[in-house]
Amino acid sequence: MAINYKTLDDTELLYGAKTCQGCGAIMAARMMMKILGKKTCLATPACCFAATTTVYPQSAIFVNNAVSAFPGLAATVSGMAVAKEVLGWDEEVTIVGIAGDGGTIDIGLQGLSGAAERNDDIIYLCYDNEAYMNTGVQRSASTPYKSWTTTTPTGVCSKGERNEMRKSLFEIMVAHRIPYIATASVAYPKDFMEKIAKAKTVKGCKVIHVTAPCPTGWGYDPSLTVEIGKMAVELGLWYLAECENGEMKLNHMPKKLGPVDDYLKMQKRFKHLNEKDYVEISKIRDREWIRLKKMFGLA
Amino acid sequence: MSEKAFLSGNEAAAHGVRLSRPHVVSAYPITPQTTLVEKLAEFVAEGNAGFRYMMVESEHSAMASALGASMMGARAFTASSSQGLLYMCEMLSYVSGARHPVVMVDANRSTATPWNIYGDQRDALSMRDAGWIMLFVESGQEALDTVIQAYKIAEDPKVMTPVMVNLDGFTLTHTYDMVEIPAQDTVDKFLPPFTTANKMSLEDPKTLCQTVGPDFHAEGRYLQQEAFGFAKVIIDEVDREYETFTGRSYGGMIEEYRCEDARVVLVAMGSVVGTTRIVVDQLREQGEKVGLIKIRSFRPFPKEYFKQLQKKFDAMGVIDRSISFGFEGTVFSEVKSSMYGSDTKLSNYIVGLGGRDIPKSLIEEMFHKLFELAGGKDDEEVQFLGMRWK
Repeated sequence: MAINYKTLDDTELLYGAKTCQGCGAIMAARMMMKILGKKTCLATPACCFAATTTVYPQSAIFVNNAVSAFPGLAATVSGMAVAKEVLGWDEEVTIVGIAGDGGTIDIGLQGLSGAAERNDDIIYLCYDNEAYMNTGVQRSASTPYKSWTTTTPTGVCSKGERNEMRKSLFEIMVAHRIPYIATASVAYPKDFMEKIAKAKTVKGCKVIHVTAPCPTGWGYDPSLTVEIGKMAVELGLWYLAECENGEMKLNHMPKKLGPVDDYLKMQKRFKHLNEKDYVEISKIRDREWIRLKKMFGLA
Repeated sequence: MSEKAFLSGNEAAAHGVRLSRPHVVSAYPITPQTTLVEKLAEFVAEGNAGFRYMMVESEHSAMASALGASMMGARAFTASSSQGLLYMCEMLSYVSGARHPVVMVDANRSTATPWNIYGDQRDALSMRDAGWIMLFVESGQEALDTVIQAYKIAEDPKVMTPVMVNLDGFTLTHTYDMVEIPAQDTVDKFLPPFTTANKMSLEDPKTLCQTVGPDFHAEGRYLQQEAFGFAKVIIDEVDREYETFTGRSYGGMIEEYRCEDARVVLVAMGSVVGTTRIVVDQLREQGEKVGLIKIRSFRPFPKEYFKQLQKKFDAMGVIDRSISFGFEGTVFSEVKSSMYGSDTKLSNYIVGLGGRDIPKSLIEEMFHKLFELAGGKDDEEVQFLGMRWK
């Protein structure tokens, strides 16, 4: 499933989207479409991706697509996948759901759990920009500790998001025992596209959780999306992993879990933090990596 | 050949679903809809289904997957009741706005709180504006026949609107009657396979179920309203056509029963129509000039019918198994507004809430009240009848 940039198809199936500059989510969707090709039917809830790609009479998506309700995306694509089979559609058609972290990890989780339990033949892509961005940066269960959002504003009684740990979609899906689960980052396009390519060949429910930095919500220069994405992975604030038929694999081990200060200082959402906070966040990260190493059999 | 069987309302409806040859059924069980989805599961287990049955984890997902299936060009079915209908409410408007002709059965049941599993029509009537065609049936036989008719109505190119077939919880869903099950080839001739351009296609990729801003939004809503106008004609046509195949019809949108020379009539919807028929017959035998109007289609509402009544009757009573708090019975509102300008005296009787029995004596009391109203008695417009206390 190796991806070679030189031989990658030039065809673009997603362009002209009205996203913010430097949008990680649209990078993820574009790369995914490159791998899946024209034989794709996709659906999405009313998220950033929907709002920036298809508002009648315009569309930036050049394959079949539809908008569904937030809690209904996984079930919608499930219904599409089942109908595809019953009606005898071309077997090579991929049914895809694309949703953000809120639409997946919060309001969409029950439906995704159902689709996973039925093992319906879908790819579910969660692009994670770490808050409800389309509605104006409200916190989600994927918002990092001490991050400012409009619903976790900072003040004398608040230092931003209170939860130390984000909900782990990867582990939730592993517990469903579906054939393929992966985490990825738009800053690692080869790794991400190879995971999409692999998911395309697997029958059943596949879930890929891709981190997608958001210059608007995080407050950084739009030219730095890839930079920020790389820093997150190299500092161990995100990880690239797979679980294929129950086999867990960490795809990338950061060389050294260095100080998180620079990463946090680059983003306005963390501007209220001080040295003490940086140390605290580093310690939480270190503790998490002890757990992750055990989980991936590396301890 | 058709065959006769002793079936519950839910089982009869399930046969209607099977005969309609859906591709995908997705459902989540809820009392009193359960025996319907159980029967569908039995069809699958016995190899008599022809559809894929999706065991979804909630009603919201049941309607979402029906939407997904329909977007691929499949004929889809689901069923629910009460809280389940409320839970899938969000998806009802997705399906109707995107013009996907899904058919569902709602086993009418009250809504919490107080928690109550028994029949009234508060669940469906609270979905009045979800953009679905809403048909109410009187018997198990009508449930079976109406499910089949519903697909023909929903999939009509001029209509392309989902249909909710309503049967009263327990009173219809769980009571048994002799039902004629039409032969598959008869239904196949009546109901051709589903074809539509409103589906995804590899040759002609589409954006379905999409976002529409202020520039075009009202036009889409106008088209929905127009489709309901067409549906008024199609519901009647489909019912008449169904009769040529099976010998059974139900009056389309509305049925008048012994109304010709009636002085007072009751307007009813659902299972209480059956009880009212018997009372009308009994009172007619005693020489009383009473009649019954059965509303079969609540949406579209037979406004033109009620409007043309003018002063045909001295007094009319509307039986409601629901109430819009702070106003009046839901069906009553529709009848009253349709009859705007007529000086026929109108009364609204709120009965049968949360499964309370509606005995013949209560119907007789309504007719008695209507004669008094016709005779000039000043009576309250909206009345709860058969109460333990007020």
